[in-house]
Amino acid sequence: MKVRLSQLAYSRSGDKGDGSNVGVIAYDRASYDLLVRVLTPALVKRHFQDICKGEVERYEMPNVLALNFILRDSLGGGGSASLKTDAQGKTHGLGMLYLEIEVPAGFQVPKYS
Amino acid sequence: MSGREPVLIANGQGFWGDSILGPVRLVREGPLHYLTLDYLAEVTMSILQKLRSRSPDAGYATDFVRMLERILPTCKAKGIKVIANAAGVNPSACRAAVIAVVKKLGITGLKIATVEGDDILARLPELIAGGEELRNMDSGKPLAPRLADVQSANVYIGARSLADALAEGADIVIAGRVTDPSLVVAPMMHEFGWAWDDWDKLASATIAGHIVECGAQCTGGNFTRWREVPDMARIGYPIVEAYQDGSFVITKHPNTGGLVTVETVASQLLYEMGDPKRYLTPDVVADFTTIQLEPAGKDRVRVSGIRGTPATPTYKVSIAVLDGWKATGQLTIAGPEAVAKAELCAKIVWERLKLDGVGFERDEQMVELVGTNVCHAGIAAAPSEPAEVVLRLGVRSTDRAKVDRFGMEIAPLVTSGPPGVTGFAGGRPQATEVIGFWPALLKKEMVTTRVAMEEVR
Repeated sequence: MKVRLSQLAYSRSGDKGDGSNVGVIAYDRASYDLLVRVLTPALVKRHFQDICKGEVERYEMPNVLALNFILRDSLGGGGSASLKTDAQGKTHGLGMLYLEIEVPAGFQVPKYS
Repeated sequence: MSGREPVLIANGQGFWGDSILGPVRLVREGPLHYLTLDYLAEVTMSILQKLRSRSPDAGYATDFVRMLERILPTCKAKGIKVIANAAGVNPSACRAAVIAVVKKLGITGLKIATVEGDDILARLPELIAGGEELRNMDSGKPLAPRLADVQSANVYIGARSLADALAEGADIVIAGRVTDPSLVVAPMMHEFGWAWDDWDKLASATIAGHIVECGAQCTGGNFTRWREVPDMARIGYPIVEAYQDGSFVITKHPNTGGLVTVETVASQLLYEMGDPKRYLTPDVVADFTTIQLEPAGKDRVRVSGIRGTPATPTYKVSIAVLDGWKATGQLTIAGPEAVAKAELCAKIVWERLKLDGVGFERDEQMVELVGTNVCHAGIAAAPSEPAEVVLRLGVRSTDRAKVDRFGMEIAPLVTSGPPGVTGFAGGRPQATEVIGFWPALLKKEMVTTRVAMEEVR
């Protein structure tokens, strides 16, 4: 079964040099454990292929059930160089939540979905 | 050390341009000991340096002085101290303007301090001659060949001089380029008398500052589940309720809008985050993977367990360099066939520029059809036939004349393009400077910060 990432997690994003950071925070431990396995930098890079032109890095924060992604070269230039509407990656967090995630049979989708 | 506990520290301004109701309501609608105000983004420093080069009395956040005029009578009555990074690149002019406002309001017995030493623009030639290369942390290149393009150069200083100013009795502390969390770290260090090598306490205070530094972004602003956030119009700005043991509660005044939950706080923890184990400030390296969040009542989240490690021997320097020119312009294209007509408009602009001998590299020009999914390109499904779109065009170049020439080809589309082109507002797009950032490191012993204090008797 596939579910939208927005059923498992919420998010926030902002700029980091010429890239953006996207924090994905799971609603519960089971969702976090699943996301650690499936929400890989390669998957995120594929999801943002029209936006992120550089590497994707991932950091784990199990204490707050969060994964932090750095999307290098995703703003069309750093500083004030960008010509894009979203020059600071403010909307990348919501963009991440469109991802479809395969969940195992019998997986309990958190109550917030 | 004042001995009081908890200490209440609010942030009423997340950036220059944030709602002025934030600070006004924070001082008015509940108890508070410190009000912090954040005015400086990276790009702000270069703008302020330019203003100062035109006028010796300019170069600080003028909104701050107007804000003080509104809130100082209440701050004085309630004993609320104000800490802001409003000095920009001209601390003495900012202090003079604040003193003028204090006198105008007829308030006496106020000490106004500025923290100086972060602005190293004038020292760059001397530093480079002395062997400091100020290599770009991303590219590895030394600064010297770009010296002529430098617009501003500031060291991100820490909380120490701000805490010194509080220890000397300052009621208003105004700094230039301090790290954003320092505005909160300073009162916590001052109130609790923690040692400057008590890394866990410094890390706690730093994370408290990080959580509140963007104002309402931790109290329900920009929260994913926005429908659950009550009364956003009256959103309460955040308050750190700080305790001697290093723990703190994030809250807001009662009867304000917004929401403080583990989720709204966790969201802000992740904002502009890099490696969570190594959040570097001049005062400490904070480990965000040690943070424990727990609900502590309505609109209250307790934060504890934070660990830190010793600060690095260097300061981060933010150097703004001129990287060319840019302009963007926009038109609204109504349907039918809005997308096809907008695409034609863009094609016409580039062709007309070429007819006049003006060309841009592929990565120097930009076309967006707002309404067809520009923010989530390739992710969300775009509507096949929107009733209208906003066409945004932009260019970037080291040649200012080319950028200005581009600006002249937007309006003509209204009469010499397809039908339904409107919304040309705001005049002809003008070239504006592209400011790039040159991150570098500087040994701490090369920088001395100091406090200047003046009392209005």
